[in-house]
Amino acid sequence: MPTLTLNGMTVDVPPGTSILDAAKQVGVEIPHYCYHPKLSVAGNCRMCLVEIEKFPKLQTACSTVVNDGMVVRTDTEKVRKAVTGVLELMLIHHPIDCPICDQAGECGLQDYYMKFGLHKSRYALEDKVHKKKVQDIGGQVVLDAERCILCSRCVRFLAEVTGTRELDFFNRGDHSEISIFPGKPLDNNYTGNLADICPVGALTSKDFRFRCRVWLLKAFDSICTGCSKGCNVDAHFKGDILYRLKPRWNDAVNQAWMCDFGRLTYKEMNEARLLTPFVREEGARKVAAWGSLLPDVAFRLKATADKSGADRVAVIASPQSSNEELYLLRRLATELLGTKNLAFTHRVAGDGFADDFLIQADKNPNSRGAQLLGIPDGAVFDALVSKISAGGIDALLVFGNVLGALSEEETAALLANVPFVAQVGTNEGPVSKAATAVLPSASVAERGGTFTSHVGRVQRFRFGFPARGKAKNPVEILVSLGNRLGAGWSFAGEASVFRALAESEAPFAGMSYDSIGMLGQEIKT
Amino acid sequence: MTIGVIKVARPREMSFPESLYLLEIVKGLGVTMGHLLSNIVRQEGIKTIEYPEVRRPMPPRFRGKHRLMKRENGAPRCVACYCCSTACPAKCITIVAGESPDPAVEKYPVRFDIDMLRCVFCGMCVEACPCDAIRMDTGWFTPPDDTREKLIFTIDTLLEK
Repeated sequence: MPTLTLNGMTVDVPPGTSILDAAKQVGVEIPHYCYHPKLSVAGNCRMCLVEIEKFPKLQTACSTVVNDGMVVRTDTEKVRKAVTGVLELMLIHHPIDCPICDQAGECGLQDYYMKFGLHKSRYALEDKVHKKKVQDIGGQVVLDAERCILCSRCVRFLAEVTGTRELDFFNRGDHSEISIFPGKPLDNNYTGNLADICPVGALTSKDFRFRCRVWLLKAFDSICTGCSKGCNVDAHFKGDILYRLKPRWNDAVNQAWMCDFGRLTYKEMNEARLLTPFVREEGARKVAAWGSLLPDVAFRLKATADKSGADRVAVIASPQSSNEELYLLRRLATELLGTKNLAFTHRVAGDGFADDFLIQADKNPNSRGAQLLGIPDGAVFDALVSKISAGGIDALLVFGNVLGALSEEETAALLANVPFVAQVGTNEGPVSKAATAVLPSASVAERGGTFTSHVGRVQRFRFGFPARGKAKNPVEILVSLGNRLGAGWSFAGEASVFRALAESEAPFAGMSYDSIGMLGQEIKT
Repeated sequence: MTIGVIKVARPREMSFPESLYLLEIVKGLGVTMGHLLSNIVRQEGIKTIEYPEVRRPMPPRFRGKHRLMKRENGAPRCVACYCCSTACPAKCITIVAGESPDPAVEKYPVRFDIDMLRCVFCGMCVEACPCDAIRMDTGWFTPPDDTREKLIFTIDTLLEK
């Protein structure tokens, strides 16, 4: 392996490694704009200049491959002066409109100016070249050509990742700018990534525009609930409001990207949430207390099972639930209620569009988990629906906000056949409008757990902030219901449930929250 | 000598007639009567003022009630950058940003509320503002009011001043 001496430190790297990547391994930060680990190397921003022994000129660290015995310095006066000069050149025509720029706070120009610049502008304000600001170029991004430093990350992303090539450079010299071709706006499902990879404020998110300052946001690790791909995301929030999702790097799943549909899934965790438990009496909603509603629900389920037989009790699971919740729900249905009427249904969103990259046709994060835990779907669910519409069910426990592709009217008509419907859900929806008792559940941001992606990768989503209103963690609801049905469970939190799950369910055997870690773990097949 | 003990001169004990304060009371009343009589004779010399109709001049750096500056066309100069609300130690500034009707301005505050009940008049907001949009140079203290709501100044109130 080639050995590199960097600022006096030696590091062994695999052949073909760039100086920039090697420096990262020893914790030396080489400033860069155009270099992105998931894109081809362009070497056009010139920020990563380093001094290499026996080279007459400074070289770009991103495009220079380490050779054995190379001696590189990043801390010399010559390098510092060059980087400052490059930065000054980039800032010549920059509008410095940080107060109105959404990138402020996570901007490469701001960061490197504080580190390497701190120069006084030598360019008169009125001489700056102005370009078109606030351009709607389609997709989820807004283009401000003036702020652009022409690093070409966006151009390369659209050429190499999506292959759609909507953006390119136009004009020459200080008039050169990125733009779309006339009348051809961005047309792909991954435009939101452009705002992420843009190191400056040239491409910013349309959805996040002016909504919050980034330095006020906090982040936690989560999993996108938009489809069964299980893209790793960073969820950004302030107080109890989610503001945006950004892809979290995971080479095994989504690399550094996520789709536009998934990016907007945070909205349902903010809007139309079920916040208080309530019961429906003669069509009207009556707010109920957890303390009385949970025993009521448990009693109704148990009483129906005891009197009319377990065959007249049904449980509908949701592929939006975590593995832990599905495991408890299955045990509740089969062991405690003794019913065979257990099935789950896939939430349908949009036209079920899928592609060969990230977007999956199944718009649920945990269908695979439900199947692995022995909860059936498809024909079994359809049979359960016909049983319900034939009046064969007297008490029903529903997880989730929707019943598959059923519309609001169809759901209401179906559930009208059941005298008692208890729902555990996060949002207002067809089910909450028809259920007899509604138990509000914490959203993905407000609880922890694991999802199993479509390829069987178990990944953790973390607790972000306490549940809104009076919503409760569904694990807590299930343990409470289970214990009232005589389970004697002593689970406290998702972790303890997962331990029990890993012990008894073969696909999850040997797994623990530690072994799943940040990036997930494949199930045993 | 014990470390940390400093001897200070104590005032001498008062004698009995002194402890009755009789002479001091007469002296004090004398000052009061002197002012009363001189104010009757010579009214220009009165020290009290009829606040708030008459106000003492404030020093130029006095930090008073806030105001928001306007552009030449009357629109707020503020661009809703959140610097003031971030700098505010009392967290009394609430801003909601929106897309300005003027494309040259781009961003403007749809809401800009200052909770005067929380404000500690530290002047950090003025210092943080990159656009000189907020000032505390009105020379006024916050006037008292009878409800809490009236003391949350909205953008319209702040622009008036």
